[in-house]
Amino acid sequence: MANVISDETIEYVGILAKLELSSSEKEEAKSDMGRMLDYIDKLGELNTDGIEPMSHVFPVKNVWREDVVTNGDDRDNIISNAPGEKDGMFEVPKTFE
Amino acid sequence: MQISEYTAVELSKAIKEKKVTVKEAVEACLAVIKEKEPTLNAFVTVDEEGALKEADEIQKKIDSGELTGPLAGVPVAIKDNMCTEGLLTTCSSKILYNFVPTFSSEAVLNLKKAGAIIIGKTNMDEFAMGSTCETSYYGPTKNPRNPEHVPGGSSGGSAAAVAAGEVPYSLGSDTGGSIRQPASYCGVVGMKPTYGRVSRYGLVAYGSSLDQIGPLCMDVTDCATIMEAICSHDIKDSTSVERDDNDFTSALVDDVKGMKIGIPKDYFGDGLNSEVKEAIMKAVDVLKSKGAIVEEFDLSLVEYAIPTYYTIAAAEASSNLERFDGIKYGYRTEEYNGLHNMYKKSRSEGFGPEVKRRIMLGSFVLSSGYYDAYYLKALKVKALIKKAFDEAFSKYDIIVAPAAPTTAPMIGKSLSDPIAMYLSDIYTISANLAGIPGMSIPCGTDSKGLPIGLQLLGDCFNEHKLIRAAYAYECETGVYTKQHMLNGKDGE
Repeated sequence: MANVISDETIEYVGILAKLELSSSEKEEAKSDMGRMLDYIDKLGELNTDGIEPMSHVFPVKNVWREDVVTNGDDRDNIISNAPGEKDGMFEVPKTFE
Repeated sequence: MQISEYTAVELSKAIKEKKVTVKEAVEACLAVIKEKEPTLNAFVTVDEEGALKEADEIQKKIDSGELTGPLAGVPVAIKDNMCTEGLLTTCSSKILYNFVPTFSSEAVLNLKKAGAIIIGKTNMDEFAMGSTCETSYYGPTKNPRNPEHVPGGSSGGSAAAVAAGEVPYSLGSDTGGSIRQPASYCGVVGMKPTYGRVSRYGLVAYGSSLDQIGPLCMDVTDCATIMEAICSHDIKDSTSVERDDNDFTSALVDDVKGMKIGIPKDYFGDGLNSEVKEAIMKAVDVLKSKGAIVEEFDLSLVEYAIPTYYTIAAAEASSNLERFDGIKYGYRTEEYNGLHNMYKKSRSEGFGPEVKRRIMLGSFVLSSGYYDAYYLKALKVKALIKKAFDEAFSKYDIIVAPAAPTTAPMIGKSLSDPIAMYLSDIYTISANLAGIPGMSIPCGTDSKGLPIGLQLLGDCFNEHKLIRAAYAYECETGVYTKQHMLNGKDGE
C-alpha cells in the first residue's frame, strides 16, 4: 500500500530535522518520502521474529581512559571558525527574554 | 616515463634513487591539475603553496634517512570530508564553505607520518550523499575517461584525480560503495577495508556504523601499501579495532591456486548490463585459468540491501548532521528571528536537496511511533544480511561480482530519480551493512570506452585474500589505469 505523507507529518518531521521547507519543497518532500517508504516497506516481506537488531557488526564496548585532560587549549583556533564570536566565546542569538 | 605515469610506490622509489625530486613530483601533479581541472573539477581545494613548502621538508627527511617508507615524498589527494589541519574542509557543502579544521583526521596523520604530501581536497557528493558526484555544492566532477559522464560517487573527485593522473593516489570514504563504485566508473583500484580497520577520527560522519576510509590508486601494489600506512588502532575512535595483521603487502603474491571463489547468482540477474556481465565473467575465467575454484551460489537478500541501507544511513545522518547549526562553524543565515529560527534557516539554506531528503527520512524513521517499524526492522534485516555473508564465507574464500550494474551514466541523468540512482549501489551496499572488506579493480572497457570494475568481497579482516586475488588478476592482465593513461586520449 502506498504511503501518503500528510501535511502534519511533514511539519512534524521538519521540526525534528530543524529544517524550514518552502511550500514547494514540502510538496516534494511529501512525495519523496512517500516513495522512499513504499520502497522501504519491502523489508516487511521478511520475517524477522526473534532476530536481534544489529547496530554494530562487532561487539562494541565502551573505551575508557583516565579522566585527565590530554588536549591543549585550542580556543582561539576553534573560535575562529565560528560565524559569531565575542570575547573568546561563541555568540548566539538571544534565547530567552 | 612522465612523472604522472608513476604509481605511488614507483614514484617513491624514483625519489629515493634521486631520479626525481619531491619538488618535481609535486610540480608534475600541479601541472596536470592546472591542465585538467577546468574540465574535470575533481578538486575543491588545491594547496599549491602548502604542498611545495612541504616538498622541501620531506625531501630533507628523505635525504637524511629519516623517511624511508614506500610512500615518502608522494603527493596525495584527500576527500573533502576528512579534516586536514589548516586546510579548508567543506564536505562539498555550502554549510561548511569556510571551515578550516584545527586538527587532522587520523588516516591523514598516518599518511603524513609516511611522508605523504597533501596536494588538495577532492570533490564529492555533498556529505557523501550521492552516487554521481553531482550533489556537490561546488559543481559536478567529470569522468576523465569521458567528461560527458559522471565519475561515480561519492568519492568521485578522488577517483577522477587518480584516473586523470592529477595525483598518484587518494583517500576516499565508503558508506555504501562510495570508494568501489567510482573506482569502477573511472578505471582505478579502490578498497573499502573491514569496518574498524581505519580510524574514523576526523572523518565527518555520515552513517557512522557504515563509514570507512580507504585508498583509490593505480594498481594493487599501491593499494596494499597505502592500506599498511592508514590502518591503525586509534583510541580516539571507539570502533577502531586492534589488529596485528596490517601487513598487506605480504599478500602481493601471484597465486590463486585452490582459492575458492563464490559467484553470487543474484548479482547477475535483471538490471546488469550485458557488457559489464561479459567483462566480469571474462575476469572470472582469468582467475579460473590460474587455478581458482569457481562456483555459483545463492547469496539471497540482495534486493533488501538498499532499503535497509537507506533506513540506517538516513537515520544516522539525521543525527550526525544535527551538529551543523550555524554556531560553532560554517554557514549562518544572515537574517533570523531568535535561536531556533537561526538553526532552521542556516540549515535549510546550507544543505542541498539530497542531504535534506535524507535528514527528513532519517528523522522520520527515528521518530516515536515509527522507530520499531522502520529503524529497528532495518537493523534486524542487517543481521540477516550479515548471516547470509557468514554462510557464504564458510564455503568461499572470496566473492567475486560486478562493482556496479552499469558503466558510468551521463551527467544530468541520475538525480531526478533518487531510487534509480540508489540502485547503482546495489552490489556494493551489502558490504557496508555486513562490515566486510571490498575492493574494485578495473577489468575491461565497454563499447563506449568506459571502464568496468570487478568487485572482490571477503570476510571480515580478510583483506589479504582480496589483495592476493586482485594482484594475481593484475599480473595476468596488466595495470589498467596505467595502460589507459598512456593512450593519450584521456580528458578529450
